[in-house]
Amino acid sequence: MLGSIFDPAFADSVARISIPILLAALGGAICHRAGVFNIALEGFLLMGAFMAVFGSHFTSSATLGTLSAICGGIFMALLFAEFHLRRPGDPIVVSIAINLISLGLSTYLLRAIFDVSGVFQSDQIRKVSLLDIPIIENIPFLGSFFSGQSLLFYFSLAIVIFAHFFFKYHQLGIWLRAAGENKQALEAGGVSSKKIQFISLILCGALCGLGGAQLSISNVGLFVENMSAGRGWIAVVIVLVTGGRALPLLGLVFLFGTVDGASLRVQGFGWPQQFTEMMPYLASLLALIFVCYRKLKFEKNTQGIRNV
Amino acid sequence: MTQRLYSLLAASILLLIIFASLIWLADADFFKSITAFFKGAFGGRKYAYLLVTISRAALITGMAIAALIAFRAGLFNIGGEGQLVIGGLASAFVAINLPFGGPAGIFLVLLAGMIAAGVWAMLAGIMKLWLGVPILVGTLLLNYPARYIASYFVSHPLRDIASGMPQTHLIEKSLWLPLLPGTRLDIGFIFILFIFCIVLIYCYRTVGGYEAKMTGLSIDFANASGLKTKKISLKTLALSGAIAGLVGAIAVLGIHHRFTDGMLVQPLYAWTGIVAALMVSLIPWAVLPAGFFFAAIHSGASGMERTADVPKEIAIIVQGMIILFVASKVPTAFNQNIGSGK
Repeated sequence: MLGSIFDPAFADSVARISIPILLAALGGAICHRAGVFNIALEGFLLMGAFMAVFGSHFTSSATLGTLSAICGGIFMALLFAEFHLRRPGDPIVVSIAINLISLGLSTYLLRAIFDVSGVFQSDQIRKVSLLDIPIIENIPFLGSFFSGQSLLFYFSLAIVIFAHFFFKYHQLGIWLRAAGENKQALEAGGVSSKKIQFISLILCGALCGLGGAQLSISNVGLFVENMSAGRGWIAVVIVLVTGGRALPLLGLVFLFGTVDGASLRVQGFGWPQQFTEMMPYLASLLALIFVCYRKLKFEKNTQGIRNV
Repeated sequence: MTQRLYSLLAASILLLIIFASLIWLADADFFKSITAFFKGAFGGRKYAYLLVTISRAALITGMAIAALIAFRAGLFNIGGEGQLVIGGLASAFVAINLPFGGPAGIFLVLLAGMIAAGVWAMLAGIMKLWLGVPILVGTLLLNYPARYIASYFVSHPLRDIASGMPQTHLIEKSLWLPLLPGTRLDIGFIFILFIFCIVLIYCYRTVGGYEAKMTGLSIDFANASGLKTKKISLKTLALSGAIAGLVGAIAVLGIHHRFTDGMLVQPLYAWTGIVAALMVSLIPWAVLPAGFFFAAIHSGASGMERTADVPKEIAIIVQGMIILFVASKVPTAFNQNIGSGK
């Protein structure tokens, strides 16, 4: 049974499933680190997915489609910044509103511009090109994971490594963390925390837009209403669980990708489809409980020490 | 005051511009769309559409009340959707298996929906209190299992195979909520009005309601005053879930007479209810007009889709824009600490 799940095609699907969540979670991590409570990742992702198909359809170019996805993500991020940073909107309320607007806008435009409801497909949509890596592609199992993926896969892996060092050593990364951890100290240092948070939101929008592009014009090449289907929320959970640290985040994302990929496979064994589709959400719930419980216990055990 | 008026005016004009450009994008006639909007929300033959709006307003207001009760106790329960679905599923399950009908049967079915949804909401409370999972994420993540569980039940054990759709059998006619004489409006909205009155009394006039509000405003203060905040939190969550479950049961018994996969999720009842509660910054009595307002927007949008060929999703966009503008004016709708899980 295990052998029939874990074959090369499975490795390939895990990589493809993971990228949108990885990109969205990276964006969320940047916001989390900068002290912006952003739970609108779902909306950013959905808008990115729609704009990717939109751009790719009208220009017949995957690059321009990806760029337009980034613009879509950034547009929603600007909306978030306007109402949360420039005006004093509560981040949760603003996030809920943005998720609703993304859902409404993408479905509305789908019907208004393309005159279809449900699924939009066209010959003009170009998919992001795949990259075969010479030597790695011949390694049995890992080869299909690391090779033959879309450019966005390699890009997102690079971002993870970059983000790790970015937060640790880069001036902007340190400012970002300062904005999240101690705003007053940052302001005292002469840096506007609002500005830093604005930058973090824009980066988040761009990354989520890319994630959306992977979802629509790389994985499938079409757009479905409410395509993000909770992936943004899983990304939010991953960010909360890892505290926005880049490397643990990568591990957790691939864990979810594996669960998700496996859930597609076990459908072949006659499990009801609903249970297998539920698995990624249950897995994220379990991960959340595990981490929160450890934190709770830690706080309880160290209460005496901290109160001194 | 004048400044507030100006900003209200500016926001309205901006909304109107967005509205107009969206209609223009859909290649529809603006004035025809506006007429269709009002006719779809309040008009129709024998005010048929107004009755639809009322019945939708009942569901949205119910969800808004459910959200409000939790929010003002500091519990950011955004899992109304899951509670609604579980309540609807449980009531449909009981209604199908109940050997008798009539008022007693209806009462039992509504009760089943309320209990199931209340327990579902308490799951999130248990996760918060004993496992430390923030309410916001806990309730939200429980939405998805609820959705899939319901989907499983209506596509396998409870499925009406002959209908060809993922839905349960039609419920016995004696269990349907009776219609108001001479109309096609069921009496579900009276139940919601009743709940609304009880919640008003609960919020403004009872010790329990005051204690819940106190817990929401400052949990440390409530603790220091000797309140059992854990118990209050659980109780409030159960209450909030029970109301959501009642809404689900009313939708099943009054409107659809069966449980169809996605019928409570697709119209975004739960999210619209949350938005309605937030729009009036958690003032209990204002929830009723807010619920009606959003129901009118949704009904009007459906009208526009029917006659002016404007997709009805315009309602969701407008709803989101409204809540953005309101959020930027009312920053302290609730305690900032609630969401961040502190």
